[in-house]
Amino acid sequence: MIRLENLVKDYGTVRAVDHVNFEIRDGEILGFLGPNGAGKSTTLKMITCYLSPTEGNIYVDGDNVIENSLEIRKRIGYLPEQNPLYEEMLVYDYLKFVADIRQVKNFKARLKEIIELCGLHGVVQKPIQTLSKGYKQRVGIAQAIIHDPEILILDEPNSGLDPNQIVEIRELIKELGKEKTLIISSHILQEVQAVCDRIMIIHEGKIVADGTVDQLKSGYNKSMSVILKSDANEEAINVMVEKLGNMKLSRLNRISETFSEAVVEFDRQFDRRPEIFKYIKNNGYMLFELHREDISLEDVFRKFTIEGGNNELHPIDQ
Amino acid sequence: MNYTQLISKKETNAYFDSFSGYIFLIVFLLFSGWFFASPLFLAQTSDLRTLFNIIPILFIFFVPVITMGLLASERSSGTIELLLTFPLTETQIIMGKFWAALKLIAIGLLFTFIHFITIIALGTNIDFGAIFSGYLGLLLLGGAYASIGIFTSSLFKNQQVSFILSYVIIFVLYMLQYFLFFIPAAFAGFLQNISIGYHYSSMTRGVIDTRDVIYFLGLIIVFLRLAVKCLKMSKWK
Repeated sequence: MIRLENLVKDYGTVRAVDHVNFEIRDGEILGFLGPNGAGKSTTLKMITCYLSPTEGNIYVDGDNVIENSLEIRKRIGYLPEQNPLYEEMLVYDYLKFVADIRQVKNFKARLKEIIELCGLHGVVQKPIQTLSKGYKQRVGIAQAIIHDPEILILDEPNSGLDPNQIVEIRELIKELGKEKTLIISSHILQEVQAVCDRIMIIHEGKIVADGTVDQLKSGYNKSMSVILKSDANEEAINVMVEKLGNMKLSRLNRISETFSEAVVEFDRQFDRRPEIFKYIKNNGYMLFELHREDISLEDVFRKFTIEGGNNELHPIDQ
Repeated sequence: MNYTQLISKKETNAYFDSFSGYIFLIVFLLFSGWFFASPLFLAQTSDLRTLFNIIPILFIFFVPVITMGLLASERSSGTIELLLTFPLTETQIIMGKFWAALKLIAIGLLFTFIHFITIIALGTNIDFGAIFSGYLGLLLLGGAYASIGIFTSSLFKNQQVSFILSYVIIFVLYMLQYFLFFIPAAFAGFLQNISIGYHYSSMTRGVIDTRDVIYFLGLIIVFLRLAVKCLKMSKWK
């Protein structure tokens, strides 16, 4: 378990991390989201003992990272942002060097497993600088997991990869997440959505949201939007909204003479779709589509990071 | 292998993988060979004095070249973040780098034994004591230069800046004794005592004075400790 207590980090006069508190349970996969410069990497650097906090404490399984730094570093595997590597080394030599430092027993066997897991077939004897970005990323991840750490911290493991590589790395991360406590930072939402149990959004050094994907989506908005496609004209839709009451017409497009698309909003606690269906049917209109408009994580993210985290919507409080 | 040895091995491999180690050795041997051989038959003496006089000056340039990247390149490529999040202490990292640099310097010095053999073949009445203490002096002096180079390398991301600063520090420390006549007598004694050149020249005379050995070891320890401090400080930036 990792616990952050009142964590603060100042770079000169700039406060990069501002009183952050949270806990990560064993085996959890945490997605750490935030715009660039929000304090994600700084927080991760403090957990991995690369930076020291200005204030506050970090505990890993109850041990303070400042006092038991060396012990804690042994338990953590870390892929830093930008994936720094000793470019002139061969992949084999590099992994051997890290394995020696990580005191991996039986390197040969472990290397085989790692090659299998990270898909490093055929590149082991090549210099790192000749590899493609995707392969470099795999070498970086291989380095982080070579000693089979309990905690794995990957700082933007997908930055700069093409969509195919992203899918490959995502599969790898899913595989790793099965048995480890995993923290992934990213500003790409689909990434964390696809692999993480829990998502945390950090903005200007503060945690503005924390919860599962569903919790975040529901905490974001108290109303539900429904898309309604029918042959009712604008007037008829307006009348319907008025008659049913307690709902708002947020968008109305006339697509053709006999076809319109409306977006209707109402309190999410009461699903009014059956009412809408009945109304349309009873008034002799034809219904083509009636479905809930999906709130994307992008919207949630924008909500929390651009408009500022509104405490009312804080899923933690619910 | 312990952690210090692992780092040192990695750096030694890096020297020879990137050819910088070979280039250092070849160019150093060419220069020292030239300066040794050209006055050899004029001087008609069977000692290595010319060699012992020129190597400290060659080293002022050569040692910063091999140490400038040891930490600066780790910083500029970001790999310092890997090193500092591995279960290593800052002291182990710095000592590993220091041993790697010292090893390369020692290999360079070992190759100058060719000149020693020349002297044995050509000359008579060789002062083996002076040659032994001269080599010991060179190794200590090389170590001191390397520790200064590692210290400046730990300060910057930029290798060139690190090179220039270590060059200047070493140059001033070495040359200090030649500027003494500019300086009030009250300071002169003190400055002479912190001059690298002063302690080194007393060693080439064939006397191993513990004060000189302690001076060099002290210099090495001071600058390596400063480098360790510097690495630790970067955590708090």
